[in-house]
Amino acid sequence: MASASVSGVPLMEGALVEGQWPEWFVASRQRGWAEFQQLPAPVPKDEKWRFSNVKALALDGFRYPAPVADAAVLVERSTGLGESAARFIFANNRLLAATAPAAELVKAGLVVMTLEEAASKHADLAEKHFMAQEVKLGSAKYAALHRSGPVNGVFIRVPKNLEVAQPIEIFHWVEGENSAVFPHTLVVCERHSKATVVDCFRSADDQPAFACGVNDLVVEEGAKLNYVAVQQWSLATTAFHLNSTTVGRDASCLGMQVNLGGKFVRGESYSRMVAEGARSDMLSVNIAGGEQMIDQRTFQDHAKPSATSDLLYQNALTGKGRTVFSGVIRVEPGAHKTDAYQKVRNIVLSDEAEANSMPGLEIEADDVRCTHGATTSQVDDRELFYLLARGIRPEAAQQLLVMGFFNTVLDRLSDARLRGHIEGLVEKRLSAALRG
Amino acid sequence: MKHLKIDNLHVSIGDREILRGLSLDLPTGQVHAIMGPNGSGKSTLAKVIAGHPDYTVTSGDILFDGESILEMEPDARARKGIFLAFQYPSEIPGVTIANFLRAALQARLPEGEELEATEYYAKLYEKMDLLEMPRTFTSRAVNEGFSGGEKKRCEILQMAMLQPTFALLDETDSGLDIDALKIVSHGVNSLRGPETGMLVITHYQRLLNYIVPDFVHVMVNGRIVESGTKELALKLEAEGYDWATEPEAEAVGA
Repeated sequence: MASASVSGVPLMEGALVEGQWPEWFVASRQRGWAEFQQLPAPVPKDEKWRFSNVKALALDGFRYPAPVADAAVLVERSTGLGESAARFIFANNRLLAATAPAAELVKAGLVVMTLEEAASKHADLAEKHFMAQEVKLGSAKYAALHRSGPVNGVFIRVPKNLEVAQPIEIFHWVEGENSAVFPHTLVVCERHSKATVVDCFRSADDQPAFACGVNDLVVEEGAKLNYVAVQQWSLATTAFHLNSTTVGRDASCLGMQVNLGGKFVRGESYSRMVAEGARSDMLSVNIAGGEQMIDQRTFQDHAKPSATSDLLYQNALTGKGRTVFSGVIRVEPGAHKTDAYQKVRNIVLSDEAEANSMPGLEIEADDVRCTHGATTSQVDDRELFYLLARGIRPEAAQQLLVMGFFNTVLDRLSDARLRGHIEGLVEKRLSAALRG
Repeated sequence: MKHLKIDNLHVSIGDREILRGLSLDLPTGQVHAIMGPNGSGKSTLAKVIAGHPDYTVTSGDILFDGESILEMEPDARARKGIFLAFQYPSEIPGVTIANFLRAALQARLPEGEELEATEYYAKLYEKMDLLEMPRTFTSRAVNEGFSGGEKKRCEILQMAMLQPTFALLDETDSGLDIDALKIVSHGVNSLRGPETGMLVITHYQRLLNYIVPDFVHVMVNGRIVESGTKELALKLEAEGYDWATEPEAEAVGA
């Protein structure tokens, strides 16, 4: 592996990396490249790729990109919540701008820094949690590619008992035709801490690009983490978003994936309840319009008794949009009193759209409550007529009904400002998707 | 004065004829009641005027101030000034009353013009007070989990906000206890005036004690068989519909 200039190097030649990284990270990167080369590419008959489109995984044309042309413009365009506890903006795998947390939060022990900086300064914690969970849902090869790449992103440690009121906001931009980006977010919420982290994935242009993102969320005893990812890649982008969450005793994590962009998006969310009283809320709002495909695989892993997981994924499909949902609830031996719920709801707004849902259960304990279900429907005719009878035009009525459908997920966000912000982004994309 | 004129209207659902040559002239400034037994076609009349897609007009016409509205889509009819208060209002999950009504009012503005939020809320709260609805109602999803009385109040709230030229109230009294009936009737009465015509459809005379009609029509088997003043309603209350029902008549849907 070289460490020279990185302008436009083909992906398949192995990553060229900038910056100062400690040995453990360099070793991890080498391991990633070896694994990526060794692991076979998915084929259509793989159960974990059922209904997917493995042809979308041809990565030959993508390149490790040069820095963006105009950093200031992208910083300007990084409009989000307005107020945040910290704000980091990356583009083409490089940091553009950062607003560190307020002095009193830093003094209280809050760490928000680039992964590169944390890899040395918080080496123990970073190494312990960086991609520590096995990637089980089908994309191990692409997780290895991520590991091998010019990874960049944010490391967050919320010290015990600290509550961070404002969200921590992270932007990842990709710019240029066939650019490949490797965003990573690593969050450790220590005992009884509380934080909200928002990842925003955006394209600077409408070019095809490749995004291979991973996050590691660790929520320790009694802590509470809200994590929201808003994916707005260009409609020509191929993207992986691999999420891993570990929830400790009486801790809770609310994770929400909002997929608005991308041509082919593969999302994998693995959530492991490692102690009693753990709770994981796994939520997702997805719009698949035009030629988009959003392929999501989930795993609710109950390792210990008396934990709760609650999954609600909702998809709206227009045009030739396609979605795949495949979810597993696994209750390990001894994980009694598990309470697990899994629901996917599709609303199909076009004859050419296609939604595939595969809910699943693997239960090896007694005295558990597990429910799952999938529904697929169109806009309800009676509801539509009710809106029309009030003078609302058909397009606006459809938009209102689909937003109503999504609101049942968005309502799970307790932060009104964050909720409103996301609702606005969803509404805008839906409006465009409905107009085709 | 404007007129909503129903002219020899024949309406079918599938191959079943429900309205069989019904005529009616409703001018603004008046309240007409339509009474009739179950299955006489009362609700069909209301839905057909509103443009419900399940029904086919086979002959006759519906004229809004002289202009046929048969070719108009339901949303265009509503914007023109027709309002249907549903017998069974739909639940709209995730859509708050505030957002729903804002969309309905926004649809009535010229393109590019935005609804003024302060005025909107001021008007909304005024109408909610009239109907004794708590402010928290605005953030509830439309009709979701509402009691029967709340649903009907919500219909009248919408009517109050949209200020239609012609309002069709389909069995607005059904499912209401006496207190709710008084509140709803008070709301309806406050909307009476020279600019508004109302068609009150009911099975029972009770509602007409609170919303006193100018004229009463008796509908049986898809036709109006008798018209008169409010005293006609009392006669129906006392004698039932048997005297008006043709012996060979069969029930023809709701």
